Amino acid sequence: MKKNIFLMLILLGVACALPFLVSNYRTFQLTLVMVYAIALLGLNILTGYSGQISLGHGAFYALGAYCAAILMDKAGVPYWATLPAAGAVCFVAGFLFGLPALRLEGLYLALATFALGVAMPQLLKYHHLEKWTGGVQGIVIAKPEAPLGLPLNADQWLYFFTLAVMLAMFFLGWNLLRGRVGRALTAIRDHAIAAEAMGVHNALYKSTAFGVSALYTGVAGALGAIAVQFVAPDSFNIFLSIVFLVGIVVGGLASISGALYGALFIQFVPNIADEISKAAPWAVFGIFMIGFVYLMPTGVAGAVRLLLARRRSP
Amino acid sequence: MDAFLHQVLAGLATGGIYASLALALVMIYQATHLVNFAQGEMAMFATYLAWSLLNAGVPYWPAFLLTIGIAFVGGIVIERVVVRPVENSPVLAIVVVFIALLVILNSVAGWIYTYTLKSFPSPFPEQSSFKFMSPHEIGAIGITLLVLAALYVFFRFTPLGLALRAAAQNPESSRLVGIRVGWMLALGWGLAAAVGAVAGMMVAPIVYLDPNMMGGVLLYAFAAALVGGIDSPGGAVFGGFLVGVLENVLGAFVIGNELKLSVALILIIGVLLVKPSGFFGKVNVTRV
Amino acid sequence: MKLRFFIGLLAVSVAFPALAQKKYDPGVSDKEIKIGNTNPYSGPASAYGTIGKSIAAYFKMVNDQGGINGRKVTFISYDDSYSPPKTVEMARKLVEQDEVLFVFQTLGTPSNTAIHQYMNMKKVPQMHVATGATKWNDPKGHPWTMGWQPSYQSEAKIYAAHLLKTKPNAKIAVLYQNDDYGKDYLKGLHDGLGAKKSMIVKEVSYEVSDPTVDSQIVQLQASGADVFFNITTPKFAAMAIRKAYDIGWKPTQYLNNVSIGVKSVLEPAGLEKSVGLITLGYLKEPNDKQFQNDPAIVKWREFMKKYYPDGSLIDNLNVYGYSVGETIAQVLRQCGDNLTRENVMRQAASMKSFRVDTLLPGVNIGTSAQDFAPIEAGQLQRFDGKEWVRFGEVMGR
Repeated sequence: MKKNIFLMLILLGVACALPFLVSNYRTFQLTLVMVYAIALLGLNILTGYSGQISLGHGAFYALGAYCAAILMDKAGVPYWATLPAAGAVCFVAGFLFGLPALRLEGLYLALATFALGVAMPQLLKYHHLEKWTGGVQGIVIAKPEAPLGLPLNADQWLYFFTLAVMLAMFFLGWNLLRGRVGRALTAIRDHAIAAEAMGVHNALYKSTAFGVSALYTGVAGALGAIAVQFVAPDSFNIFLSIVFLVGIVVGGLASISGALYGALFIQFVPNIADEISKAAPWAVFGIFMIGFVYLMPTGVAGAVRLLLARRRSP
Repeated sequence: MDAFLHQVLAGLATGGIYASLALALVMIYQATHLVNFAQGEMAMFATYLAWSLLNAGVPYWPAFLLTIGIAFVGGIVIERVVVRPVENSPVLAIVVVFIALLVILNSVAGWIYTYTLKSFPSPFPEQSSFKFMSPHEIGAIGITLLVLAALYVFFRFTPLGLALRAAAQNPESSRLVGIRVGWMLALGWGLAAAVGAVAGMMVAPIVYLDPNMMGGVLLYAFAAALVGGIDSPGGAVFGGFLVGVLENVLGAFVIGNELKLSVALILIIGVLLVKPSGFFGKVNVTRV
Repeated sequence: MKLRFFIGLLAVSVAFPALAQKKYDPGVSDKEIKIGNTNPYSGPASAYGTIGKSIAAYFKMVNDQGGINGRKVTFISYDDSYSPPKTVEMARKLVEQDEVLFVFQTLGTPSNTAIHQYMNMKKVPQMHVATGATKWNDPKGHPWTMGWQPSYQSEAKIYAAHLLKTKPNAKIAVLYQNDDYGKDYLKGLHDGLGAKKSMIVKEVSYEVSDPTVDSQIVQLQASGADVFFNITTPKFAAMAIRKAYDIGWKPTQYLNNVSIGVKSVLEPAGLEKSVGLITLGYLKEPNDKQFQNDPAIVKWREFMKKYYPDGSLIDNLNVYGYSVGETIAQVLRQCGDNLTRENVMRQAASMKSFRVDTLLPGVNIGTSAQDFAPIEAGQLQRFDGKEWVRFGEVMGR
């Protein structure tokens, strides 16, 4: 246990030092990695831990992003206050979506969430909502500066802000999942009927799982919008939802560290693929995906766990 | 009333497109209990191969049959080489492999054939006096129904079809009675690829051949297959027509094209709430 | 007297090297000019990725011919999958890591909107953006951004003006793509019709993810309209043209410039079904019979065969890429040895009737300090089943 804490402190130290050692551009990329990590943890809570497939989490990411953008642009709300707002809105949206989704299993739930992911961009472009959403033109947001005159530039400040939010949300998630709630969710995932028989209130847990999962992804969306300083409907198409799913599988299902590995994958591997082949960049990305799944079917987190276990028991 | 009828007929035509791909999706589900996200791209790639054959001077029907054959073999190869190694991984890992296949096929097709639109010929006559549906659209629906009938007969009345279904439903017991489960899965993939190739060659004359041809169709085919019942070929075809007609009628008369997708979403959820396994799907009762 | 003469000579000889001195901003050396770009090489808009490839090929040709003022052009292009967050990331990489002199022909309206403020804040030119949105012509607000092609709104206004002149009592139906490009055209149409906007009896949209637009065409026919504004990208344009003909609807049809390819759109749609289409042209269409032996198109074909053999000879996007290449090459030539970002913008904003031979006769590149729209002219043309026949006069500047 002590070794784990020591290791985590070292990682934290490295994370804090990075923005001063690398360029602003890299800091920006690393901020995006953390944003995706939060989103992936959200999806993992639902899919990895509760076993409910979602092919539509891009929609919650979009919802959070637009919440932040509209509040900042139209209501002048400061950027940090948009996070709880985005989280709250997405929790309610997720919970409400989860209610009818309760009755659906596996593939059928996948279809319902898939339809949500597909419908979202069109909804955001709807011309009656244009006054708020900016329609197809999207909304441009200003980048927050470091407060209290701290000697950090905007990129660095946002990095630390995101780091703090990520650590807080990861800690909350970890607490939630290793306690009663986590056990209940895993029980439902593995054998719903038995879980119900043991007194786990399936309906409540499943909807709440949806809500919490959406909350996480929504907060990530808000942070993402602030980092990129722009939201537009077609950035949040079905492919985003699919990339999230790829992220948690490659990173490792039902694992908190898996969210981070997955985020690194979906942020950097497409760039690497682009360097390798200009002609067919996504073919290379696809080959990477297959490679990862072949070599590490339980994700990077699973492989790491195996490696550590093997080292511990000679 | 004329406008309404016209929309319905146009919806049946588009629905025919969805139905044909949905059939391939159901095929692979029946054989492997997996939904193959790469089905659309496999169909698209097979259609490009057909186009290459036609360009090289091969006449239509021989090219058609040759493509089905190549697709069949291709499907088997993909199953053995790509899917077999991850067979025992968690379901979601296999889904990611399918997504990877989708992305690879799309990218390679774009690279080899470029993204410029290509025409694909139709075996059916060009014009007819029936204004509401082109001869090709009617012919394509006919072919889809033929394929459906063939599949129905195959699964219900042949020993091979029975073996395929058994291997998917209960691999252990099937092995015990001597069924080569591995080859059944490969066969399933081959058949699905062949059905997909037919779908692609029927769809291409309508939507034109380009690497992103099947993207939109896959969305609706997926919905169609599930709304009709993922394990029912007839349900898939029914679902295809239903989705096509509803999409047209809703878009034209009820909600306008700008909210078509959202309404489709609500509809899908509505159907699934009332009938969670789709219209014609089998309700799976699991024993505790 | 002699002393004063010598001091004068000394002063002049000190001054001269300063005048002949080279001025470089990041991305330039005696041997190299680095230019950055983002294009959708993957994702839903990957059909446009051929523009980036044709530009890369163009620079290869320029380098083979000795470069520009002795410097080779290094063209760095990244894939952004038409996703604005990715465009932001790649633009930052180009500016902050690759340190390019400027960014050129970044493609897509949302993609360019996402980096609009950033580029102007960093004072790095966002040159000749590959989108027809009107907002790029804003020298006061965004002095570092410049467009290239005629804006969608000005194109639509020309159609509206022509219609008001020729069919003032028409009933108009519109099909448009439900995104920034489609909506920009729509706005141009509305503005161009002005008070007569009520001539529009039906407007329907489609999404890029829609498999067909058959339902939309049927709706438009049912509205009883006799004029059809077809604002669609190539695949959907072909489908719309064909379906309209097949269901027996024969309106006066205006087709947007994006989809006028003879072999890439009209042939798939059916040449006999495309007779009568009206569009505003500014580029020479490579498969139009009248340009078969046109020296500029012949030169372009040779360029494609040698430097971009994988590229399609029937895709007019490849003529577009070649033409923007010619434009920026001229800008760089005009810069001489003063290759600062500021001078690049200045030279780009002082092109007086520069002729690019792959543009239609009479359509030239013209900019000034108040006018950041290089191409504003075009000529209406009508398809006769074989080629686009120009009529009227060249409109705009």
